Amino acid sequence: MGMALKNSSKPQPIGVIGMGSFGTAIANMLAEKSEVMVYARKQEVVDEINTQHSASGKTLNPKIRATFSPEELCNSCGVLFLMVPSAAFLEVTRTFAPFLHPYHLVIHGTKGLVVKLGEGEDWDTVKKLRRNQIMTMSEVIIQETLAVRVGCLAGPNISKELSNDQPAATVIASKYNEVVQEGQRLLRSEKFQVYGNFDIIGVELSGVLKNIIAIAAGALAGLGLGENAKGLLISRGMVEMAHLSKALGGTVSSVMGLAGIGDLVTTCNSPDSRNFTVGYRLAKGETLDQILETMEEVAEGVNTVRIVDAFLKTAGIRAPITENLHRVLFEDLSIEEALQFLMKYPFSVDVDFV
Amino acid sequence: MEENYIKHQYAPILPKKDEWPVVKLARERKEFVNKVAVLSEERILDLIGKNPEILKEELETTLYREKLRIKQNPWDVDPDDEGPFWGEVKSSLLQIHSEVSLTKVKKLEAYKVVLSKITSRYSEEIASNFKATHYKFTRRVVTYGFSRLLNAARVKGFGSLFSNQYTLQDKIQITGQTAQIRELATKGTIIMVPTHFSNLDSVLIGWIISVLGMPPFIYGAGLNLFNISIFAYFMNALGAYKVDRRKKNLMYLETLKTYSKEAIQFGCHSLFFPGGTRSRSGIIESKLKLGLLSTAIEAQRANFEQGISDVSGKIFIVPVTINYHFVLEAPSLIQDYLSQTGQERYYKENDEFSNSYKISKFLFKFFTKGSDISVSIGRAMDVMGNYVDQDGKSLDKWGREVNTEEYFMSNGKVTVDAQREEEYTQMLGKRIVEEFHKINRVFSSHLVAFVAFELIQTNNAKMDLFDLIRLPQEDLVVGYEEFKAACQVALDKIFELKAQGKIDAAPHLYRSMDEIITHGLENVGMYHAKRPLIKNKEGNLATEDMSLLYFYHNRLHGYGLEKLF
Repeated sequence: MGMALKNSSKPQPIGVIGMGSFGTAIANMLAEKSEVMVYARKQEVVDEINTQHSASGKTLNPKIRATFSPEELCNSCGVLFLMVPSAAFLEVTRTFAPFLHPYHLVIHGTKGLVVKLGEGEDWDTVKKLRRNQIMTMSEVIIQETLAVRVGCLAGPNISKELSNDQPAATVIASKYNEVVQEGQRLLRSEKFQVYGNFDIIGVELSGVLKNIIAIAAGALAGLGLGENAKGLLISRGMVEMAHLSKALGGTVSSVMGLAGIGDLVTTCNSPDSRNFTVGYRLAKGETLDQILETMEEVAEGVNTVRIVDAFLKTAGIRAPITENLHRVLFEDLSIEEALQFLMKYPFSVDVDFV
Repeated sequence: MEENYIKHQYAPILPKKDEWPVVKLARERKEFVNKVAVLSEERILDLIGKNPEILKEELETTLYREKLRIKQNPWDVDPDDEGPFWGEVKSSLLQIHSEVSLTKVKKLEAYKVVLSKITSRYSEEIASNFKATHYKFTRRVVTYGFSRLLNAARVKGFGSLFSNQYTLQDKIQITGQTAQIRELATKGTIIMVPTHFSNLDSVLIGWIISVLGMPPFIYGAGLNLFNISIFAYFMNALGAYKVDRRKKNLMYLETLKTYSKEAIQFGCHSLFFPGGTRSRSGIIESKLKLGLLSTAIEAQRANFEQGISDVSGKIFIVPVTINYHFVLEAPSLIQDYLSQTGQERYYKENDEFSNSYKISKFLFKFFTKGSDISVSIGRAMDVMGNYVDQDGKSLDKWGREVNTEEYFMSNGKVTVDAQREEEYTQMLGKRIVEEFHKINRVFSSHLVAFVAFELIQTNNAKMDLFDLIRLPQEDLVVGYEEFKAACQVALDKIFELKAQGKIDAAPHLYRSMDEIITHGLENVGMYHAKRPLIKNKEGNLATEDMSLLYFYHNRLHGYGLEKLF
């Protein structure tokens, strides 16, 4: 299979897996410089892309071709962008695993965590998680496939703004310099700045943990609170993210970067985001079940709260915002009580991690 | 002694000495040393970006440190011409410095001449002095001499000295993937990575390699060992090259790495003690020294680069654990460890294991009393930590074939990327540590030391290690029944882990608990003046040396067994 690559003289297309809004935006950005091959599961989506150059109505660069064969995608491309929702991440990774080789560079753009539960365990019986039961998405790729040169994309990247060609920036993180450089080469443009970071775990965690704070931001808005409260939340949220990231194996400096504080500010100001909406509706008096009933996809922050809360029980650290959100989401604490609790929480110093 | 251990006779895999890679290397020693010197020079020039100013600085640093070492830390093995050599380097540097009119290019040329002298010297110094005749002699001495001693001790009566009832293999058992390593040694290049607790390990491993019918492996031995005459002879005979830990300058380290890489590419099977030095704490190495390990990855990539993609160019990593009841140097090792971690809270007494007499005394004791050693040969891996099969093919977790070359490829070609290889080295280090834990073989003595220490610690929950070590001996007693019950709990957990393939256990652990404890107490640190664990008059467990108990206890660190207490 690898031989097919060796003999081709023209440049390989860049692969994109997952044509949701973010995947589509990235595919279009990549197509400005390179041939792009995207993967879609359904024949009619593939046909739409190949004949009408659009995906779910959104216009695509004509340089984008589609295939429904994971094998064809993997054999044709050396660099793959894995842009699938976190709930489908494990499944999609396993679908591609048989065709991924050690020469592939895989960059994912998924913000979420995967939990490894033992046999016969489920969320009702598991109350504690150790670090080795929690995997970031890059750890999932390494665990499930032969790819080792793995990277991630993170940062304040609202798809709508990217599609409208508004200026933005992102972080490509990887332990491998070649992955960072390749990502930068492929994505950088006049409108899109691409930073590099070697702390992939820290960058992934930043993107994941900020979703917790986003729920809290939505809740504050739902309670009708103002900018003072938001400033307070973002600052305390950042402290909490720094401590959690450190406990999970990331560095504090990544939290300070674009993928951490950058994305945090953006998300806390985006009423459209799913996590923000969950918090907002909670504050308006709905229960989690009611909210989830009317949402197409689970807001990632809800899962993250659950996972991090279980992790706190083995890590021996406190994370007051996460803990209280957990009680609101899963234990019937009211949002007002949670807020009161947080206002009384004995934070003694402003910043204690730098 | 053990029920299910079968002594194998292994035929040599390469009967003709001339075919041994190490013999070929010895024959071409001069060319090889030159090649290493030239390649090291290129490597250093690459590293400093061919900048004459940086090169000058590196040369001056090296000169300064070498002069300091000669003055402050001279050893018997140091050659006599060291002073004059560095004196010449100094005057050459001064001369280049004084010629103000030199262009940048000319300056670089001038400094390169000095660099070349240094790498040539280092390369010559590192290179081994393997002689096949010495090797044969040493092997005979070890095998014959030791088995005489052994039989004298164990077989009673007249003529015992000439009995062949016991051989060294009764004393030192070889378990694990012996067939695989023999097979792979005929196909590709082996890098054996053993755990390291004692200075005797290199001799022991050298003997194991010869028993397994394999040609001698080359390995880097601390130059300090060459100070001791017995060792120096053994080391040279076994194919050791010299590693001088006093020299930490760029030029030396790069020459050393180049030597190792080139020898691997030459086809010499190699031996790395990846911990870099003996484990001071008695804990199985968890952080490996990656310097030499990186040369395995470099050599593998270089083979692929040169188009040697079949098994003959493949490098196999074979983890090995050496399991003892007793580590000769334990008292000084643990003191080193404690004084490092405890700093001013710990005062060490000095008892160095450093001369031939002490070693001979130990060897005699070792063969005349009953402590056994087992060596576990692990499954071979490729340089990326994938297991390989009998034919040397790499397999992934699901048993599918992996092409190792693809790890080094981008855009369809093998590429050189130092940063990538650095990451790969770390990954390989982690995999080796994982394998160490899996093939580590638990002995009765490890079990009793572990349980006794944990119980003492639990009974004194408020104290840390340094408080415990200072406790009076009367307070360091554990009741026998409590001890026995705790041993059972720990042993059950060990068997559970063994069933999951996470650890190995010696057959003697399948006896009754009383027997296991007796066996463990008889053997744990058996030749130390102060025993780490004994049964006192009341039949309870006591220690004469808490820090030694801690040392032997540490062998079972890293399995989460502490949680049982």
